[in-house]
Amino acid sequence: MARDIGSRAVDVVGLHKSYGDKHAVDGVSLHVDTGEVVAVLGPNGAGKTTTVEILEGYRHRDAGEVRVLGTDPQTADRAWRSRVGIVLQSVNDLAEATVEELVRQFAAYYPRPRDVDELIAAVGLEDRRRTRARQLSGGQRRRLDVALGVVGRPELLFLDEPTTGFDPEARRAFWDLVKGLRDGGTTILLTTHYMDEAEQLADRVVVVSAGHVVAEGAPHTLGGRQAHRARVRWLRDGELQEVATDTPTRTVAELTTRFAAEGLDEVPGLQVVRPTLEDVYLGLVGAADAAGAGAGTGDASPVLVGRAGAERTGARR
Amino acid sequence: MTALPVPTDRGSAVVTPPLPGVLRLGLVRAGYELRAYARERDAVAFIFLYPVVMLGIFATVFGRDGGTVGPVSFAQYFLPGMVATGVMLSSFQNLATFVAVERDEGALKRLRGTPLPAASYFLGKVGQVLVTALLQTALLIGAAALLWDVPLPSDAGRWLTFAWVFVLGTATGSVCGVAFSSVPRSGRSASAVVVPIVLVLQFISGVFFQYDQLPSWMQNLASVFPLKWMAQGMRSVFLPDGARSMEPSGSWQHGLTAGVLAAWLVAGLVLGGRRFRWLRRDDG
Repeated sequence: MARDIGSRAVDVVGLHKSYGDKHAVDGVSLHVDTGEVVAVLGPNGAGKTTTVEILEGYRHRDAGEVRVLGTDPQTADRAWRSRVGIVLQSVNDLAEATVEELVRQFAAYYPRPRDVDELIAAVGLEDRRRTRARQLSGGQRRRLDVALGVVGRPELLFLDEPTTGFDPEARRAFWDLVKGLRDGGTTILLTTHYMDEAEQLADRVVVVSAGHVVAEGAPHTLGGRQAHRARVRWLRDGELQEVATDTPTRTVAELTTRFAAEGLDEVPGLQVVRPTLEDVYLGLVGAADAAGAGAGTGDASPVLVGRAGAERTGARR
Repeated sequence: MTALPVPTDRGSAVVTPPLPGVLRLGLVRAGYELRAYARERDAVAFIFLYPVVMLGIFATVFGRDGGTVGPVSFAQYFLPGMVATGVMLSSFQNLATFVAVERDEGALKRLRGTPLPAASYFLGKVGQVLVTALLQTALLIGAAALLWDVPLPSDAGRWLTFAWVFVLGTATGSVCGVAFSSVPRSGRSASAVVVPIVLVLQFISGVFFQYDQLPSWMQNLASVFPLKWMAQGMRSVFLPDGARSMEPSGSWQHGLTAGVLAAWLVAGLVLGGRRFRWLRRDDG
């Protein structure tokens, strides 16, 4: 083996999984250190859920090395399951039991469960404790899912697309809940297709597209410095001009001087825009898709021509 | 939002308490299953009242002119078959359907992600089935005695027979139900797949007809499946000794009854244990 695998909370090297002739996961390597929050980000069908369900012990892999809390999840036992918390993608089970009954019942499965009353309060379901799961709103159900996932005090928590379908307010409340877990020291691996969610919650982001890892790093460094450069735009003879630069102030000063020489006080249509993380992410995924389809246009950096994304930025501010 | 601290005592001298015991968790599950089951009111009403209603219809239709089956009234003759069919509804049909639905809805997948042992999950199901089958049978026997004047056995030997046929039949039906739950492709199709099988078995096993008047090929076919033997075992409890002559074999065949039920029990355990799926077919 190339390196010592298994000392981290999660360690994956060269993971492969195919369904028929579709390579759902095609050589993914990633890791999560103890105490870290890592977001696996990618569009639908990128292989996020397949990867995570292999780590959770639900699926068998075709190839690669996997260690979760030092154990191969394929051979995991009850003791391992008691150290791992799993919040699956939204499902519609549990309908006829109340919040309190469910949390109490799941608490009984673990050797050292959390206090049921404290946990129900912490996930904000105190006034819903005698409500049947069927009658909870989507956001409340998801918070119940988290309560059931963390009732056994897991060292490692998996969250699979926790806020898909939420309204903005519910997402914000849910993020606060996850931040509470993070601040309490729980190691978290979450999947999402929202960049803002990754930005809010994760120490590190792993971008997956078409079964590959296409980028990895802290949210603000994702895609490298190149992807985060400011764009300065102006109009010359009615046509849009654009440069990407690390020194936009200097560029603007140069433009000012140049147009002043032509007798203009104002640079026509001047804009300085910085790509949002969303733009960076879309650029990374778009580039991976283009490469995968063999349809590269020779434009090596879609990020830098992410016109639509950049203009949205301008509109927002 | 309060922080939810994880104790960072791993690697220190703190000893993690042992995992909860399989039996204790089986009891926890049984309590939970019973509560959840009681809340499915429509299903409860159907499963509880169906045998009583059927017995009422048969006793009324066939017994209206004081007609009898050999030495006994129609109500008395059909009671054992209804007891057997009630046990099959509570065990086999209930589990074959509900476990398929639980798998479809993702409830089994969620449980699989916890340290709950599979054995405790199954014990919980068996506990729920035992309690509901017992209540249902008591209701049926009580209704037969009060409404249709069916005489109940008074000697302990017959009630002992009742006990082992009931327990063995319930266990076999439960185990086969869990094993069969992997057959329907989805939770929605589960009822459509399970109910016809149950109905056919009821007809060929002498639940709705006088068993000895069925064609012999049908009797032979029914002898392969447990319901016929449960019904026969229950006839040995609720019918007088003289009715033995109405059995095709001329005997209650207790040994064979126990043998066939036990064989299905073992087959269900082996098959159900090996083929049990926590995830849907289309889900890995």
